[in-house]
Amino acid sequence: MHASARPAVSVNIPPTTVNAPTRDAQAALTMRMTVSKVNFFYGSKQTLFDINMGIATNKVTALIGPSGCGKSTLLRTLNRMHETVRHARLEGEIQLDGQNILTQDVTAHRRRVGMVFQRPNPFPKSIFDNVAYGLRINGSKLPVAEAVEKSLRHAALWDEVKDHLHKSAYELSGGQQQRLCIARALAVEPEVLLLDEPCSALDPISTAKIEELLVQLKDLCTISIVTHNMQQAARVSDFTAFLLTGQLIEFSPTPQLFTTPGDPRTEAYITGRFG
Amino acid sequence: MATTTTTVPSAGPVVGSRSFLSRLREGDEIARIITFLFAASVVLITVLLVFELWRGSALPRHKFGFNFFRTSVWDPIFDQFGALPFIYGTLVTAAVALILAVPLGIGAAIFLAELAPARVSDTLEFFIDLLAAVPSVIYGLLGVFIIVPLMRSYIQPALKGTLGFLPLFKGPAYGVGFLTAGIVLAIMVIPYIISVSREVLLSVPRDQREAALSLGATRWESTWKVVVPFARGGIFGSIFLALARALGETMAVTMVIGNTPTISASLFSPGYSIAAVIANEFTEATGDLYLQSLIELGLVLFILTFILNGLARLLIVATSQRGGGMGNT
Repeated sequence: MHASARPAVSVNIPPTTVNAPTRDAQAALTMRMTVSKVNFFYGSKQTLFDINMGIATNKVTALIGPSGCGKSTLLRTLNRMHETVRHARLEGEIQLDGQNILTQDVTAHRRRVGMVFQRPNPFPKSIFDNVAYGLRINGSKLPVAEAVEKSLRHAALWDEVKDHLHKSAYELSGGQQQRLCIARALAVEPEVLLLDEPCSALDPISTAKIEELLVQLKDLCTISIVTHNMQQAARVSDFTAFLLTGQLIEFSPTPQLFTTPGDPRTEAYITGRFG
Repeated sequence: MATTTTTVPSAGPVVGSRSFLSRLREGDEIARIITFLFAASVVLITVLLVFELWRGSALPRHKFGFNFFRTSVWDPIFDQFGALPFIYGTLVTAAVALILAVPLGIGAAIFLAELAPARVSDTLEFFIDLLAAVPSVIYGLLGVFIIVPLMRSYIQPALKGTLGFLPLFKGPAYGVGFLTAGIVLAIMVIPYIISVSREVLLSVPRDQREAALSLGATRWESTWKVVVPFARGGIFGSIFLALARALGETMAVTMVIGNTPTISASLFSPGYSIAAVIANEFTEATGDLYLQSLIELGLVLFILTFILNGLARLLIVATSQRGGGMGNT
């Protein structure tokens, strides 16, 4: 199926309202990643339609929308994780620092764009070995022990685990495990960190810790987060993209999207009328 | 308006306060008792087995004592029975089988689970399950008609020509012997290793692979350093299964091992295994001592299997990484 062969339903949907960033702000912003005319298919089923957006450098960009809207799929294309799924096909172009990622070496690309998943997924190894994994396969500028400590500090986990680095990662709580996964991703010093609903399996206190962490991590790398929790998007992100049935409906600075949405469907979603 | 009837299925914390009879009526207790009995039967059968083997081998146990394990003369005419050559043959053939089958089986399982397209993997799995179900006498025939001549004419002379300086590959090439029995056993246990290991590898959570890939691991690094270690408990399980099968295999081994009670450093030498001697001589065992010696061999095989399984389990525990994946004990 070709990109032009869209299902009839989508034809009447008005074009995306793209308010972000405003001209003044744009001058100060650089886009670490840009997504242009991306269409995505699972077999013959199209799940993303003509997506155009950017991930601003050292900002947090949230992707929101109801279940099945394609927000996770879009996030996964950013580090080419979609290629692990059979029959997945991507059309269009995604750039990282001006280079098309689809023609780059995939492992080198994934090293620059790290990912944290929905469920905490530490390896069945010690806390130390989890963080060191990426360093060991990729090589590390710092001595491994130093790099591990640095990453654990960045992930605000160091003080809690420094005395038992050689305990199993499975002995940590869910929230700690998720921060460990963030530390593991940070260890290879990615330029972009993708988070796919990182708090959906966590309790409110752990969630708050991770949200706080994300705001701090902005200085270290560019962040994009998928969330089904609109308050979370409002709290942590600088820009928010609202997706619906595979279309990018609105992409605006977060305060603007939540206070004066430019599209009636965005308003309907954020006021809780669906999704 | 408090109700205190115990017959009403109550929710939450009150469950424990139901009487035994009401639980019995509701089926919980019946299910518990019945399934407990089923589970207990496993222990019962094991105990019964050991007891019968123990009781049935009283004569040689008293006559030979520990010499039964230390001597290598097996002479029914003079009532001399020593189990050493059979123990040796059983261990050597099982060891040869595992040395050949483990790398092959695990390698094939990794290919099928991680690298092969789903259709290829599923088709091959069908054949592997078929191979696992082939009766052992068929493998014995394969051994007698194909492997033994091949060994005699090509493989053993070639090994002698290249690795002949090792004591393992010395002596005349009879075709039958420890090496041939080990190879036939390897062919028999490979399907078990592949089938179980593949299943275990396939059930490693997807997010483990993705975590490795997202850190810049290549597909092989993610397979070898994350997926396989995660599945190691289950992979070891498949090796236990193979070991148990190799130790106890009777028919196929009997057909190709040569049936001569010898202890020799050379793998080319004909030998004998515990299971093979029991099968061969049980019907013609005249005299109580002869018969009971065979039963004691059965006991030895049982204990051998028990000890090797225990050691293998200890090995897993000792080498397990902190954290541990699935199936680690």
